[in-house]
This record gives sequence, structure tokens and C-alpha cells, in this order.
Amino acid sequence: MEELQKKARELLQSGAVQLVLGYGKGSAKKARPLFLRKPEQADRLILDDSCLQNLAVYLLKPEVKAMGKPAIVAKLPTMRAILQLAAENQLTEKDLLVLGVSHDGKLLDLPDFKAIEDYLATAPLELTAEQKAELEKIEKMSMEERWRFWQEQFAKCVKCYACRAACPLCYCAKCIAECNQPQWLPVPSHQRGNLEWHIVRAMHLAGRCINCGDCTRACPAGIPLHLLNRKLAAELLRNFNSRAGMSAKGEYALGIFKPEDKENFIK
Amino acid sequence: MSEFEPKIIAFVCNWCTYAGADLTGTSRIKYASNVRIVRLPCTGRIDFMLLLKAFDQGADGIIVSGCHPGDCHYTAGNFHARRRWMVFRQLLDFLGIDLRRIHFAWISAAEGGKFAEFVNQVTGEIKKLGPYQSYQKAMSAGIE
Repeated sequence: MEELQKKARELLQSGAVQLVLGYGKGSAKKARPLFLRKPEQADRLILDDSCLQNLAVYLLKPEVKAMGKPAIVAKLPTMRAILQLAAENQLTEKDLLVLGVSHDGKLLDLPDFKAIEDYLATAPLELTAEQKAELEKIEKMSMEERWRFWQEQFAKCVKCYACRAACPLCYCAKCIAECNQPQWLPVPSHQRGNLEWHIVRAMHLAGRCINCGDCTRACPAGIPLHLLNRKLAAELLRNFNSRAGMSAKGEYALGIFKPEDKENFIK
Repeated sequence: MSEFEPKIIAFVCNWCTYAGADLTGTSRIKYASNVRIVRLPCTGRIDFMLLLKAFDQGADGIIVSGCHPGDCHYTAGNFHARRRWMVFRQLLDFLGIDLRRIHFAWISAAEGGKFAEFVNQVTGEIKKLGPYQSYQKAMSAGIE
């Protein structure tokens, strides 16, 4: 933590960056995002297990961009989000400085995207046993049980789109949810509108989701949205050996194909 | 009581399956009249949202069909579509949506017979399943 504060102070003092994006103390033992612009504020930075939010979500916001070049405190999912954004041509190496934090809390030296890629290649990315069990529990249900389970979950949805706002990869200036010619998604949060919204959200993130889980953390209704993304990420890995956010030049798994892609359902 | 007649929507590509269905007609092969065909330029154009909209509007079954791999008029549209369906089917299954109601096929412009056979087979299966009540009930909930 002191190491990070020192680094942030130096960066702001030297003018290498105009903004440090990190975590600060929030209420109820939760960390909140911190936007530091003066070196003397650096001691407000914290770094512990409560720092969960994926700060990459702020990088593309015009009001944040207007503050100047940022240095961003990046744990594993944030690093992956940054690479994925770079792969989608939303960011370049020059746009930011990454203050990477390893999974055991050490500050990493990551001068460029190549260094992040190298770090991620060795980082633990497999789902934990607990996460796998969470998916399997639903996979083992019968079709009717799964339908009921998700209908009950989606019934809680109020269509606040917090899942979209919290997602670092939901950056479309005009989302399909706002598209009204034609009106793809019903506006009200009835069962149809909710089901279709969650299907669209999951599909538009398939092959792009970097598994930070911020959608679920942001959801005020407590819907386990990350399960949909995680399920699709697992399928993409299994079918196409593709994992999002591993390279700044990565290809979008649904934007490419192989003639030998194997399926068993087309007659 | 009259037999249940399912509504089936077929999303087909202009260059292969639509022409194949045309051949079925000109060859005077009879097939189930439950299918309503929607012609699109290419299977690559078939947004997954269209499938949801079909179920929304009361379809009991869906057919998606296009050119055989390698035959796409636009070179690779069907390869892209295949990847998308592989992922989309998994999502629907995970959400408890009935995959037995969504059928995929490659039917070329020369396969008028295959088209008729496929439609008949799908219609038969969906007749057995009955109307897609759970989905239709959910879709009309909360809407006046």
C-alpha cells in the first residue's frame, strides 16, 4: 500500500500523469473509486481485499478522459479489461499508465501492454472450485428448473442498467437498449423485457467478458448475472480455445471463424 | 378436438435455402403448411434477437437454415453464423429455453426434397411437444 502511494505521489509530482485512478476508503467497509489529481492526496489510496471494482470502466468516459492521462490501479480483471479494450481499438499504450497489482498484492512493473500480456500468461485464470460448482449447480438442473430459476431471478430486475454501467466493456455510445427504430428491447421491466435484455447483454459480452463480476456486484436486485457471462466464457474456451482480455491484439472470438469449427446440431 | 397446429418460423438465406424451398414448390413436393418463411440475405445476417422475437410473437418452433459450409454467397457468412449459434444455443439452454424447438440445417438450392423432409420432421416434433406455453405465458405477463 505504501509502495503504491509513493508511486502515485511521484507520478503526479513529475507530471507523468494528471490523474491517478485508484481505490479509497468508502462506507460500510467497501472501497470506492478515487480520482487523485494532486500529489498530496496520494495517502488516501488504499489497497486490500475490499478493492473489487473494475476501474477500467472509467477509462473511456469523456469526463475522465478530459482530466488528462491517467495511471490506473489494476488488479487482474482490470488488466484484462484494459487489454480487451486495446484489442477493440478503444485504448492505446500511450493513453494510460498501468499500476498493476499481482494477485498476492504486490506492485508490478508493467511498462507496456506486452508486459501485461506476459504477466497474464502466468496468472491464475481458471475458475475456482467454488465458481465451477456455482455453474454446475445450474447446469445439473432440468430444463424446467432452469427456466423457473432464471425467471425468478429476472423477475427482480428493474431495468436500471446498472449491470451495463458497471461493465468496462459495455461502452457503446448507443446501446441496443436505447435503439428504438426498431425497438429491439421492450422498455418496461416486465418478464419479456427482462429476459430479452439479459440475453442480449450476455450475448454482446460473449467472447469479450473478462470475468470481473462487477455486473453482479452492481445489481441492486442481487441477480447473479456473472453466471451468464461465465457460462459463455467457459463455452468459448471449450469450443474455440479463446479467452478474452489476454492480448492487446486479441481477436473477437465471434468475429472470426475456423472452417473446422465443430458442432453437432446442424442437420 | 382438432389437432394442435404449431406455428413455425423459418429464417432462411436468400441464396440457398430460399431457393431450395422454391425448388420444393416447383417440384410439387408437398410439405407441412405450418412453416412461415422469412427470407434474409445470409445466415450471417440472422441476429439472435430475431429468434427471440419469433418466440415473442407466438412461434412454437423455429427453423434456421442456410448454405452448406463453403457455399456461402458472401464467402463466409454461414461460418460466422455457425459460431454465433454454437454460443447462443448454450446460453438458451442455460436459461432453460427449450432447444428442441430451434432447429438448424444446411439446405442448398438443389435440395428441394431435403427442405420438405426437414420441415415435415420439425413440424412433427413440435406437434408432439405442443404449444410453447411456458415461454408464451412469460411473454404476456405484465402486458395489457
